[in-house]
Amino acid sequence: MAREKELTMTTILPRKDVVIVGLGWTGSILAHELTDQGLDVLAIERGPWRDTATDFNIGYAQDELRYSVRRDLFLQPAVETMTMRNDPSQTALPMRDFGSFLPGNGVGGAGVHWNGHTWRFWDSDFQIKTNLTKRYGAARIADLQVEDWGVTGAEMEPYYDQFEYLAGISGKAGNIKGKLQEGGNPFEDPRSRDYPNPPMEMTYAPTLFADVGRSIGLHPFPTPSANMSRTYVNPLGITMGQCTYCGFCERFGCANYSKSSAQTTILPVLMKKANFEVRTDSEVLHVDLAPGGKSARGVTYVDTSGQEFFQPTDLVLLCAYGLHNARLMMLSGIGKIYDPATGEGTVGRNYCYQTNAGVQVFFDDKNFNPFIAAGALGQTIDDYNGDAFDHGGLDFVGGAGINCIPTNGRPIGTRPTLPGTPKWGSAWKKATVAGYKSTLGYSSQGSSYATRTNYLDLDPTYKDRFGRPLMRMTFDFPDNDIRMSNYLCDRMEDIAKAFGGKQYSVGRRKKGWDSVPYQSTHNTGGVIMGTDPKKSAVNSFLQSWDVPNVFVIGASAFPQNAGKNPTGTVGALAYRAADGIRNHYLRNPGAPLVQA
Amino acid sequence: MDRHNTVQLSRRLFLSSVAMFTVTATSASFARSLSGSLPWAPMSSDPPMQVVSGGWQFFTPQEAALVEAIVDRIVPADDLSMGGKEAGCAVYIDRQLTGAFGTSSRLYTQGPFLPGLPTQGYQGEANPAQRYRVGLASIDAFLKQRDGKTFAELQPADQDAFLAAMEAGKVDLPNGVKAPGFFGLLLQNTMEGFFADPVYGGNKDMVSWRMLGFPGARYDYRDHVSKHNQPYPRPPVSIEGSPEWLVKRS
Repeated sequence: MAREKELTMTTILPRKDVVIVGLGWTGSILAHELTDQGLDVLAIERGPWRDTATDFNIGYAQDELRYSVRRDLFLQPAVETMTMRNDPSQTALPMRDFGSFLPGNGVGGAGVHWNGHTWRFWDSDFQIKTNLTKRYGAARIADLQVEDWGVTGAEMEPYYDQFEYLAGISGKAGNIKGKLQEGGNPFEDPRSRDYPNPPMEMTYAPTLFADVGRSIGLHPFPTPSANMSRTYVNPLGITMGQCTYCGFCERFGCANYSKSSAQTTILPVLMKKANFEVRTDSEVLHVDLAPGGKSARGVTYVDTSGQEFFQPTDLVLLCAYGLHNARLMMLSGIGKIYDPATGEGTVGRNYCYQTNAGVQVFFDDKNFNPFIAAGALGQTIDDYNGDAFDHGGLDFVGGAGINCIPTNGRPIGTRPTLPGTPKWGSAWKKATVAGYKSTLGYSSQGSSYATRTNYLDLDPTYKDRFGRPLMRMTFDFPDNDIRMSNYLCDRMEDIAKAFGGKQYSVGRRKKGWDSVPYQSTHNTGGVIMGTDPKKSAVNSFLQSWDVPNVFVIGASAFPQNAGKNPTGTVGALAYRAADGIRNHYLRNPGAPLVQA
Repeated sequence: MDRHNTVQLSRRLFLSSVAMFTVTATSASFARSLSGSLPWAPMSSDPPMQVVSGGWQFFTPQEAALVEAIVDRIVPADDLSMGGKEAGCAVYIDRQLTGAFGTSSRLYTQGPFLPGLPTQGYQGEANPAQRYRVGLASIDAFLKQRDGKTFAELQPADQDAFLAAMEAGKVDLPNGVKAPGFFGLLLQNTMEGFFADPVYGGNKDMVSWRMLGFPGARYDYRDHVSKHNQPYPRPPVSIEGSPEWLVKRS
């Protein structure tokens, strides 16, 4: 039946050299690189075209209800959602609204409405299994499923550098070619040169946080930011404006050309190229494989008319949000879906998240003007991140960055009050006014390490608007990560005490991941990279082991997540994949870049 | 030229096959092929629709009276601000319930509808418009039976006690309405109306923003970033503008 339908209803289009699924950060980077190589590139994007002047308009961009509460720029669950449960014994139900994480939609993807924290992972993150085993013994990670990435920090450095200069990151190097730099992060790996822009001007809260951190022997430094500290012209010749500290960053498009995104760093150049085309509002249903299933011959997509198209191509790049990459692999039959009972299968394996907790310090005599803010304006302490500290006497692995990055004072969502305050009535109002300007918050953004039973597969019951199965997410915070987060909360409490405010409160992370309150849109894994085709879905160039003319680019490739925002690493991996395709794959198309 | 034709074709096809699809985009957009330049068309931005107060679009007069009385207890008038009713919170909720929020048109609304774990979020079949219709009627019915009065006729202290009982799950409302869930919806929407831009019908004269000291839809604070711990001097502005702009200065 399905075959018959395809023959009668699908329009077959002229061939393209490359088809990119999703035109966000990674799709734009790959499109730019491969059109430079002379290839004819088509991007197919599920959401609409978006650009600064029309869609992030300075006359109405500052609309908290529309963009932050109703999430106008995000993927709507009616288009695609996932089912979720905390463990395999439960029945997964659909997230009828997104809450804990908010995937993007449209040209620019989640890069439109991100905050802009742009990190590098460390060599100890990439070689995690080797490193932890050597340092603490294999027994320490026996209940985890952590894996090495198949790359080293040194191998990733040039790609990080490329992404940071494309995006104009504002920051202060902590280590240039092995030489520590005053004022930067002393725990970072060596970098070849400083950031392209100096750190942002600090507001009051992070300034105080850094002072207090230093006073107890910690090492605060300016958070690397994709909000521009000054006017910047990137290597493509595209100019960005200085950030105006408006406090409408995360969940919003930037009306001021001050936040890096595909729109502000790549698209003005890419869209002018005759060998590039994007088809918007067109959803790829699956990748079509040639008989035998060893190579892709194209993709099938549907546009807003309901018309189905077959787009033939030689090379398919899945550049959707990581979770959607994983689902497209499953729906296309590329690789085998992971089964936690047997440990077999690679697609859906090692789904990880982020293990966060937060602290609030309340003052009587301070005015932090919380509305003067930017998405990545703040200070970070990495003394307890990753393997920067000795875990020898501790009962966990991993860690967290401690971040004081007050992003906004938007009042529907940001109204800190003392613990025990009623939620309504006169007492609520009085406490709300008292707390609004005088509360300082910071949080631990913790690593999330893989376990056998945290994974993605297809839901047996719930379908999307085309009748295809939704993806099913089975996830809870591993015991290791809860112990890590509790330890970080204790360290954050040390800082809270040193502030000398009138009161503080600690919000600890508990088991039972709740899909409702917002936590983080840092969903990683599902199509992980590695060196062993039995444990990973793609090689270290993000090329599918099973179908070598398919590359899968995004945080879907992370074998586990570090205590850092993923976008810097996603951008670097995109440049690495582009390098692999341009300089190796195209010499021998269709062949694996790494022998299994 | 080609692109234009493609768009038109898609639009026509779309209209003829609309039943096949759930339209979920904010403003309906259609499949396009773009190449050769950044697409640009004049007047193609998508500003918010301004709520005009006066009359009710969703609530019946009886429902409106109940909601106005409730929002006036959630946000009571006191020396810090006017109450929720005068601020327009009920108008805000009324208009929201006639739109995408009220009908859950952006959410995943396919069955089966099964009772879920708390970590799985709201799993009910009813959308907010339906929950308000049934929930408000159940409050009226409950109070009529218990007190022989409407909510609006109760003394403020008794109104507060009833809402607190709803919040705590200590009142059994008829028709299967779960009091804490419905109270949570009322609370969430009242706060949205009180703190959102006035363009949506609440937050009259930016009352909540003046109360907090939030400058609203301003877009450039570069001159105040380094003025740590010092009050920001300017009054708020809304997407609609500011009353101050209309005052003639001598």
